[in-house]
Amino acid sequence: MVIYGVAVLAGCTLVGLYVGDLLGAALGLEANVGGVGIAMLLMIACTNVKGAPLKPGTPAGSGVDHWGLMYIPIIVAMAAQQNVAAAVSGGAMAMLAGVAAVVAGFALVPVLARMARK
Amino acid sequence: MMGLEKFAAANGLLVGFLFVGLLMMLAYWIARHLARGLLHGSAIAIALGLLLAWVAGEQTGGNKGVADWPLLAGVGVLGGSMFRDFAIVATAFGVRLSDLRSAGWVAALSIPLGVVLSFLCGAVVAYGFGLRDPVAITTIGAGAATYIVGPVTGASLGAASDIISLSIAAGLVKAVLVMIATPLVAKRIGLDNPASAMVYGGLMGTNSGVTGGLAATDPKLVPYGAMTATFYTGLGCLMGPSVLFLAVKALLGPA
Repeated sequence: MVIYGVAVLAGCTLVGLYVGDLLGAALGLEANVGGVGIAMLLMIACTNVKGAPLKPGTPAGSGVDHWGLMYIPIIVAMAAQQNVAAAVSGGAMAMLAGVAAVVAGFALVPVLARMARK
Repeated sequence: MMGLEKFAAANGLLVGFLFVGLLMMLAYWIARHLARGLLHGSAIAIALGLLLAWVAGEQTGGNKGVADWPLLAGVGVLGGSMFRDFAIVATAFGVRLSDLRSAGWVAALSIPLGVVLSFLCGAVVAYGFGLRDPVAITTIGAGAATYIVGPVTGASLGAASDIISLSIAAGLVKAVLVMIATPLVAKRIGLDNPASAMVYGGLMGTNSGVTGGLAATDPKLVPYGAMTATFYTGLGCLMGPSVLFLAVKALLGPA
């Protein structure tokens, strides 16, 4: 059933986010540490483990697939509610700091990616 | 008008679906007829979303983009962190463990490296603009990591509120720019496989930027970039008020 897949997805996400919150609190932070990553690992475990109930192409799997396909629309909605006005009006210092960080990051991607492939 | 706003608020999520659907229809039409394949439809949709968020922010003075227009408040639900995280985890469905391991230790290394790199850029810019107070420089540097690391670091160091706002602005500039620029530079930086997507997620770190940027580039890469980016903000909040602040203080000498 479709709801089984959606329920597993919700369960993995909730457990991951909660563990991420606990991890953040244990480190004395007001931030979630790796919650989405933990949830993704749980989700991967639910599909890669031998005899796992959740397989692509099954009704339960299509419940998960649907939300994966909804990802881009959700990201568009996320973009539409960013505080862009504050970013634009932040002044030269904020603008330059943000731009410099992005340029430096982009520049380093191919360097590290090459190391990763070795 | 009042009645319509009430109705839209009561059915917020549905309004969100309709709004995004129409926006994407327009974006894909632009991609096909005006951009002629130069830009992918999803990249244009994200850019249109940001543009509308800017207009809405200027008009309403709020900080939630189009969600501050009462009729479109539901977009805030659809684009909020709950649905975002839910959908990102869904993209992990069908990911192979071997792909996740393909970047190995370099992917893990890219996260602290990304935090320090962004911090350095922000801190140097702050210094260049004449700031000499280690607390202020650290806060701006942390903001260049993400718009969450900035205020968290600033608050724990007791930075002034105008400095904290600047650090949030720096982080927002980064997030917006990563969303827009990633599909444009993807080919040049080799962002076309799981390993480089993981490295990219760790280096850029800003969650909304990385997930938006990858969505506009190649949705198949999303889970890999999200996997590393998810640890970035936490690590940044950990390093900002501690080692990074101490390093800045040591470099500047006793104030």
